[in-house]
Amino acid sequence: MQNNSTRRWRRTLALGAAATLVGGLASACGSDDGSSSSLGKNDTLTITTFGDFGYADVIKKWNDDPDRPFKIKETRVAEWDTWKQTLTSDLQAGHGLTDVVAIEGDAMPQFLSEGASDQFVDLTDSSLDKRWVEYKYKAGQTADGKQIGYPTDAGPEAFCYRADLFKKAGLPSDRDDVAKIFATWDSYFAAGRDFVKAMPKTAWYDASGSIAQAMLNQVEFPFQTADNKIDVENDGLKNVYKTVTDNAKTLSTRAVQWSDDWTANFTNDGFATLPCPGWMFANVKSSAPKVKGWDIVDAFPGGGGNWGGSFLAVPKTSKHQKEAKQVASWLTDTEQQIGAFEKAGAYPANLAAEEQLTTTGKPDPYFNDAPTAQILANRAKAVPPGVPYKGDKYSDILGLLQTAIQRVDEGKSADSSWKTFTQAVARLS
Amino acid sequence: MTDHHDLPGRGHGGSAVLDRGGPPRRPRDPGPASTPSWRHRLSRWDLKVSPYLYVLPFFGVFAVIGLYPMLYTGYLSFFSWPRFGTAHGDAVGWANYAHVLQDPVFRKALVNTIGIFLLSSVPQIIVATLVAALLDMNLRGRSWWRMSVLLPFVVAPAATALIFGSLFADKSGLVNDVLGGLGLSPVHWHGDRFASWTAIATMVNWRWTGYNALILLAAMQAVPRDLYEAAAMDGASRVRQFVSVTLPSIRTTMMFVIITSTIGGLQIFTEPRLFDTNLQHQGGADYQYQTLAMYVFNTANSAVDPYPRAAAAAWLLFLLIIGFALLNFVLTRALQRRSLA
Repeated sequence: MQNNSTRRWRRTLALGAAATLVGGLASACGSDDGSSSSLGKNDTLTITTFGDFGYADVIKKWNDDPDRPFKIKETRVAEWDTWKQTLTSDLQAGHGLTDVVAIEGDAMPQFLSEGASDQFVDLTDSSLDKRWVEYKYKAGQTADGKQIGYPTDAGPEAFCYRADLFKKAGLPSDRDDVAKIFATWDSYFAAGRDFVKAMPKTAWYDASGSIAQAMLNQVEFPFQTADNKIDVENDGLKNVYKTVTDNAKTLSTRAVQWSDDWTANFTNDGFATLPCPGWMFANVKSSAPKVKGWDIVDAFPGGGGNWGGSFLAVPKTSKHQKEAKQVASWLTDTEQQIGAFEKAGAYPANLAAEEQLTTTGKPDPYFNDAPTAQILANRAKAVPPGVPYKGDKYSDILGLLQTAIQRVDEGKSADSSWKTFTQAVARLS
Repeated sequence: MTDHHDLPGRGHGGSAVLDRGGPPRRPRDPGPASTPSWRHRLSRWDLKVSPYLYVLPFFGVFAVIGLYPMLYTGYLSFFSWPRFGTAHGDAVGWANYAHVLQDPVFRKALVNTIGIFLLSSVPQIIVATLVAALLDMNLRGRSWWRMSVLLPFVVAPAATALIFGSLFADKSGLVNDVLGGLGLSPVHWHGDRFASWTAIATMVNWRWTGYNALILLAAMQAVPRDLYEAAAMDGASRVRQFVSVTLPSIRTTMMFVIITSTIGGLQIFTEPRLFDTNLQHQGGADYQYQTLAMYVFNTANSAVDPYPRAAAAAWLLFLLIIGFALLNFVLTRALQRRSLA
């Protein structure tokens, strides 16, 4: 009996192994889907995005429309860092990418650099010159003026705050009254110290990294000079680093953004404020669906800032470049951008969409009926154009800086962490 | 007890000499008597060639997906390759190896890898042996017990890492809640170097102990039962039987388990990577649990010469694994010799 069953086992195993092998070979050979560039009604054009671009509904609308010449299929990768790695290696391998790819704003400069930009289709179209807010439009261009990416969303930042906790701590909690707390970084940190004195169990802000990011977005040349020379020993950056690390013990949760602890802090009164670009609204709602008391203030310390906002690009490996360009343009057009904002809160870089949202945007009941679209429109006006300067290594150095701040959060001294940071930056060249 | 020298797996020293002799060779000349018939020749051909044909598919596939990438990696480690370039650039000699070896992060990753490896493989094999010994006894519902030790292995490593990730979350994790409930101070599972190694090793052990236990159990079942009866008659206790009969008998399987878990342990990637809360996946903000496999992966996505430097690091990792495997081999052989002498 045992003998029989082992033999059967073995046969199953052998069959399985053979099937795996054949399947593997078949799929290895089957990746070539012909070089014809025309798409029929039942063919699909593919696009990869990360996080939530809010495209699900508008793409469904396209696919349901019988007049559209082809179908669109969106692949959503959970987070940018994962997608960045796939994107990078597929670009180098020269195949495997979808027809349209999404690229995160902070990382865009490295894809615009020489060598990398050759691998993308030039999307230049002068009829679109006035479509997007200028600083975003320019950020999708190479130095010699090739348009590599169409801007999707912009990330003008407001502040989200817990009105109920503010009230408990004896601070003003009304949307208009709290604006003066968020007028400057000094007033912001001062209010934070009062807050934690009254509420010792709750931190003032969500993470050291997010405040660093917010402050950094107001520094003109944080990591590289205008000719892309690396310079991290400048006063602007050092001031951000010092302020954030000095306040880490008292005001920060010291959790890492997007970690389990960070998410848990949304529901357990872990912190009272966080920098809120439009795309963060959806994160707040999904992290704390039952918490009442979240509100959004129409102010930002030190003026304004832009955090994030992505681009759509077409890699040269696409076999349907013309259609891909058309879809990239369609997705970033007014109507679709409004759809994306309503779906995921991604605030459009598209000017007409911004304008329309200001007049038609509905107040958001989750955020105590805050007029989110108007607030973001005001915040967008406060964004200093071209700041910060993002050189080709911006994204790499930003990552290293965030890591350095995390080290201090975890108990390393600010000085030694800074030393490790500068060493790591030196190894980038 | 000492009489039982011909235990399976023990007689290696003796039988190796015989093995080397191989089957007796056939005389070369076909003989003048008659030219062999077609059928005869075919069957001789069959005898000589078909074993190689049977193993050919494996070596064919191995050459394509194992050997070729490995050699190409070695080749690539001597060139430059600008980021996003589609082809490699100029030869740079040993510069990539020098870069990797001078990198403080690489050295830290080396220590982390060995630390996590020791914390996982050593307890894992000890516990697996004990579990196997328990399963080898006459338990009620034997199959049920055996299946359940394998259960963690069936769970995808990513799922394991997610579950343990939230168990070991620094502030909201269950483990720290329990510690707090016992009046102990919480452990910084991600921040503290040793604690993070322990957490990662726990994930690895949870997944692989049952698997190794089953392999060892299979070896234990092959031990002739009369040996135990004889030992029992000589008055050996259960513990004595385990030490003097079971352990020597499963030595070859033990070596297999040790070597495979060494290889797996040194290549560890999924668990630390998914355990990582650092947004740049550096294996902790201070690289405190970055392993060599993660180093290779991160380097392949870094700013300058990503692929060649990753290739150099991958070869260094390969050499390290070979080194450990040889060390294991030599140690086990020496132990075996000594116990035979």
